[in-house]
Amino acid sequence: MSRYEIAMSRAAGRRGALGMATAVLLLTIGPFAWAQDQGPIKIGVIAEAQAVAGSSIPQAAQLAADEINAKGGVDGRKIEIVSYDNHSSSAESVRAFQRAVNEDHVNAVIASYLSEAVLALEPWSARLKTVMITPGAASDVITANIAKDYEHNKYAFDGYLTSSAIAGLVCDAAKDMLVDGLKMKTAVMMSEDAAWTTPFDAGLEACLPKIGFKVLDNIRFSPDTTDFTPIFNKIEGEKPDVIITGISHVGVQPTVQWKSQQVPIPMFGVSSQATNSTFWKDTNGATEGVLYQGVSGPGVAVTPKTLPFVDEFVKKYGNTPSYCGYTAYDDVYMIADAIKRAGSVDSDRLVAAMEATDYVGTIGRIQFLPQGDPHVHGLKTGAGFITGLMLQWQKGVQVNMWPAALANGKLEFPSFVKIASGGN
Amino acid sequence: MLFWQILIDGFAISSLYALGATGFTLIFGVTGVLNLSHGAIMVAAAVAAWAASGNLGAGAYSGAAFGLVVALALSLATYYLIVRRLQLSRAVREEEKEIFILTATLLWGIMIQEAIAYLYTNNAKTVLPIVEGVVSILGVRTPANEIFTALVCWATIGALWVFVNRSRAGKAVLAASMNPRGVTLLGIELSTVYVGVWAIYGALAGVAGVLLGMFLGVSSYSAGPLTASAFSIVVLGGLGSVSGSLIAAYVVGYLETLTAYLVSPAYRAIPALLLLVAVMYVRPRGLMGRR
Repeated sequence: MSRYEIAMSRAAGRRGALGMATAVLLLTIGPFAWAQDQGPIKIGVIAEAQAVAGSSIPQAAQLAADEINAKGGVDGRKIEIVSYDNHSSSAESVRAFQRAVNEDHVNAVIASYLSEAVLALEPWSARLKTVMITPGAASDVITANIAKDYEHNKYAFDGYLTSSAIAGLVCDAAKDMLVDGLKMKTAVMMSEDAAWTTPFDAGLEACLPKIGFKVLDNIRFSPDTTDFTPIFNKIEGEKPDVIITGISHVGVQPTVQWKSQQVPIPMFGVSSQATNSTFWKDTNGATEGVLYQGVSGPGVAVTPKTLPFVDEFVKKYGNTPSYCGYTAYDDVYMIADAIKRAGSVDSDRLVAAMEATDYVGTIGRIQFLPQGDPHVHGLKTGAGFITGLMLQWQKGVQVNMWPAALANGKLEFPSFVKIASGGN
Repeated sequence: MLFWQILIDGFAISSLYALGATGFTLIFGVTGVLNLSHGAIMVAAAVAAWAASGNLGAGAYSGAAFGLVVALALSLATYYLIVRRLQLSRAVREEEKEIFILTATLLWGIMIQEAIAYLYTNNAKTVLPIVEGVVSILGVRTPANEIFTALVCWATIGALWVFVNRSRAGKAVLAASMNPRGVTLLGIELSTVYVGVWAIYGALAGVAGVLLGMFLGVSSYSAGPLTASAFSIVVLGGLGSVSGSLIAAYVVGYLETLTAYLVSPAYRAIPALLLLVAVMYVRPRGLMGRR
């Protein structure tokens, strides 16, 4: 029995129960329901189209849709990407989400890399019962909200790493590279004051001492900061072996000032803007030697799908994808796969199918944490799942340093950076 | 050590504030226009300098010069396309013109800002520095660029002072700020003075923008905060008073630097804003205001 016939027979059953008066109405709804089930699968993409990182999201999603459509779509249904620019604003994200669901009738939404925006959308995904996955937001509150009220909030998925998971991956890399490799002992944390850094800092404060680091200070600064001189001078006065960064909203400015002031301490950690291939040019090369956590890097074959994706992306758009480009690409495949397995675009069945995802994407093997976990609908991390990378900018190129099996270079620092092995 | 650090860092950032605010207050003092596209013009200058040296391969000097030219062009465009049109308009009532021009410059600034974000994304950019390296002053490792910034700021402000007080054209500008009617009675075309002032303003905003781009970096997001900071400095110093703005720039610059060093970089901007509120209560015309 085809889906059309099911829809019609369902309509027929209800017709009997409800009587002739509603028959006319149902005859008009019947074809509509059929259209929703048989027309293209619509995926809404709400992203920061003007930001370097965000602009990769709709592009990568479109690339995935084109690939799936070229192979015949999902059970013969094409995937259609409907894009919305949220201008990096939470309010505009919400308006876009309402429009996507109520007017454009999308079946699922891929939304934003800003935690603030995704947190604003989460209640809307619950109210409008629409599956939403973020390709880049990292706040732990996103998954914590789902854990708190699963039945209500289960439509949201975090397709990127939560901040505490990222903190764990940074610590894993720091243990191998800094503690064991460079014999470092002390660190200062430097994080922007944003939704994602609260759990990130808490995660680091917990794990850095465990791997053998003494945390001398945790400096949090406003994301509006333009003059980092006082911050770097303060850090330098504390004489740490390394600065562990937690920066995403800012990036160019601290990096350039780190170089122009010749701060002799290496920077290591999360620096989201450094994942962009344009970062070298934006900083006039000041990023030389900066170490940053990533889920992908040029020429790093994290999985067999990584490099073919990058090649196709470069061929189509002329630049390399940002971190949330990789995840947005995977997200489209995951949603398509879930719809195929669910045999429906019904949101509740789609949630169940998404929860059963076991998919090797471009950044690793993807499985969602199960109900009962405090980070339910977050990604599983660690060996066998997503381990992340630690890359370094060297002479205009992003070179992977960690994990050793995927490394394609050796650590190099600009001459002003003094590697203080064995303490201060 | 900390004392010298605060003294040196505060000086550089204050000089930059002073230069930015000087142009803003000059335009208000002479033409009576509060130009809310100020920050956007500064950002445009910096991004143009970055694009010229980064995308077109121009050197640091030609990049900076290009940034200056862009600021000049935008400043004149602000005057001819926005301010002048509204001043001559018959559709807008005379007593409403001031608020119309204020709103129009705000919208114009947003248009420039959005155009920059559209063309070059809203990520921060840094202008290729003219001087690199660090110098040790009294034991404080200071980027040569920081000293360069302070020097150019003061040279520019100095040149403006010499122009206004020593040249005939400059004296006309000064006179126009005091008594526009008197200037016309002396046979000086007021609109020529205005064009001249907007050109000077464009040059000042251009230099400030390019230096800011070299020293700290800018993004299209910076446009609003830059206008706001120039505005609060100028209000603190007294609207239209150049010397007041210079003093206020140093008060704000040092207050911010002190807060960042001694309290927390997260609260950097707060004490200066509190001071502004306090001054508004006690002395609403600002430190050196005339009206």
